[in-house]
Amino acid sequence: MNETPLWASESFWKKTAIWVTAGSFLILVVLTMDSLSKTSAGSKRVPAYTVINKKIDYQYNKELHKFMPVIGENEFLFGKEYTEEEARQWVDLGKKTTQAKNCMNCHTLLGNGAYYAPDLTKAWLDKGWISREMREDMMVKFLMDPENNARTFGSNRKMPNLDITEQEAKGIIAFLKWMSSIDTNGFPHNFKTIEAEE
Amino acid sequence: MSMNTSGLNGVMQNAAALYEKSRVCLNNFKSWVQLDSSNLTDGQQLAVKYFTVAVILFFAQILFGMLAATQFIVPGFLYEILDFSVNRMIHINAMIVWMLYGFIGCVYWFLEDESGTEIVGLKLGNIAFWVLTGAVTLVVLVYLLIQIGPGKDSSLWFINEGREYIEAPRWADVGIVVVMLIFFYNVIATFSKGKWSGIAGVLTLDLVALAGLYVAGMFYMTNITHEQYWWWWVIHLWVEATWEVLVGVIMAWSLMKLLGVRRKIVQTWLYIEVALMFGSGILGLGHHYFWIGTPEYWLTIGGFFSALEPIPLVAMVVHAVYDSGTHAFKNGNHPALAWIIAQAFGNFFGAGVWGFMHTLPQINIFTHGTQWSASHGHLAFFGAYATINIAFFYLAIQHWRGDVWMGGGSQNAWRWKWALGLLNGGVLGMTIALLIAGYEQSFIERAVEGSTWGGYFAAQNHPSFQSAMVWRLFFGGMTFAGFILLVWDLLTIGKGETRKAPEIFES
Repeated sequence: MNETPLWASESFWKKTAIWVTAGSFLILVVLTMDSLSKTSAGSKRVPAYTVINKKIDYQYNKELHKFMPVIGENEFLFGKEYTEEEARQWVDLGKKTTQAKNCMNCHTLLGNGAYYAPDLTKAWLDKGWISREMREDMMVKFLMDPENNARTFGSNRKMPNLDITEQEAKGIIAFLKWMSSIDTNGFPHNFKTIEAEE
Repeated sequence: MSMNTSGLNGVMQNAAALYEKSRVCLNNFKSWVQLDSSNLTDGQQLAVKYFTVAVILFFAQILFGMLAATQFIVPGFLYEILDFSVNRMIHINAMIVWMLYGFIGCVYWFLEDESGTEIVGLKLGNIAFWVLTGAVTLVVLVYLLIQIGPGKDSSLWFINEGREYIEAPRWADVGIVVVMLIFFYNVIATFSKGKWSGIAGVLTLDLVALAGLYVAGMFYMTNITHEQYWWWWVIHLWVEATWEVLVGVIMAWSLMKLLGVRRKIVQTWLYIEVALMFGSGILGLGHHYFWIGTPEYWLTIGGFFSALEPIPLVAMVVHAVYDSGTHAFKNGNHPALAWIIAQAFGNFFGAGVWGFMHTLPQINIFTHGTQWSASHGHLAFFGAYATINIAFFYLAIQHWRGDVWMGGGSQNAWRWKWALGLLNGGVLGMTIALLIAGYEQSFIERAVEGSTWGGYFAAQNHPSFQSAMVWRLFFGGMTFAGFILLVWDLLTIGKGETRKAPEIFES
């Protein structure tokens, strides 16, 4: 029998497997450190939590050929300007509440989750809240008593009552407002916000 | 006081009666299945414990999946009793956990054979099994009965972490890591005491990665971009890298045992698969970093490497089909080989083709977060992981019966053939139905309506989406029927069979 050529030998592929795995993992670690530093709260892509003090919009950027968050002048949440620490606490409460209420097993957040209810990535900017003036109030009422403030869009699918307190509801809204300001590389595409002219 | 004691006595009597009754039932069951555990080594007895729980959780997966599927059609069904979120969570958690149970069982099954010695920490392995099973039971009961908590750390520690696939509360995470470490210790210590092999080496390194990665998902973060970044480390690097390699290991060992493929061929293939799998899969992680706030370079890296991800799966198909062909399909366990072949193709189509279809960012911006992902998920998890576990269930039951012949021509072979057909047909049907729903969502909700809530519901209310949901439930029912038949077959196959399975030698 002929000798096994190098490319078919066990030891060649063993070494290849080790080098490829180690190399890929090393690249991943380097990219991870870079990505984490570029996406910390307060970076260009992921704004500081105080962004909840600002007006947020999402518009098509002709130069970049994609939709981008646009952060505008002051627009206080619940009529109050929050310090860095206060803003962080609100967003933190909201984030924690979305986990404790298992939101992700009906909704998607940044497109990840379940598909029984709408995506929450730009929920703060959704036209479903009718107008900027009504938005905060409608959101609080909906979150605290979704059954009686149901917004089913003709689907008969209703969010269940999740015993969300007023404080938690406000936290969720702060979290959603902050999340809508994240630069998500143009996802979702073609989203018309509550600010957009008809 | 006397009322209390008599009440207590009553309860005690009832409990005793219940215990007696269940003991009789269990004994009746044992004499009916006629399985002789003296056919199994100690390690194999531990393995079949894992397999048993795996099958029970497989049942839970299908049951809760069907409840959730029904809610798409009848939204008021079990509203505020078992909401969609609860059913869906148990559906996907039961899946992850039964597959893990299956994998652990597979490894314990071949550990003694591969290392040539007895399992070192058998007692510890048994304790770990009962601890894990107790913890899983408790977690599921809390999911069902408590469901949600207030927006505090304590909810994440004791009820539910609210992160898809790894919802298990933090206390259970800690428990899972401890149990995995025990498992890991058993693997390393047993190979060290006996002999190492290429399969053993790949398995050990893979388990280090598998256990280590889980820790990346154990932290709470306010910043959702960071949180999802690490969350994908766990989910992606499990199911698209370390689990695939684990399956490669299990497959390698089974091909040697089932067909008598030479070790040298199997191990060379395994290294090729590892190189291709990790070479594409590790950076393929980037396809989850398109839209979560992470930098643009992930669009290029993720798109490129995830496009390569199907290549190792093609290699696995070639490997399985080629080996079966060169050995003229001669083997002593036809259902197991049939499920191995189903694995090769299911993995390639479900993970490879269905994954590739929507992985490039140019299409993914419209398909991300639609039923398209669910379509891919159903075929990939079933094709890559359910199939290999079922193949192993057949290997285990054959041995348990004393290595009797299990062939396609046997009297009750229709059962495993129909179970194979119904399960594969059912999952494929669900996959196609969900794909149609995903296409419709991508066009109407995403492209036309721009993903607003109004757009979302416009797509959900569309007749083609609605009918796709009905078809999905129908094929879910077919899958369920296949499962029932599979369990019946596993409990009865080889009963009364006296012919021995032919011994397969390396050739």
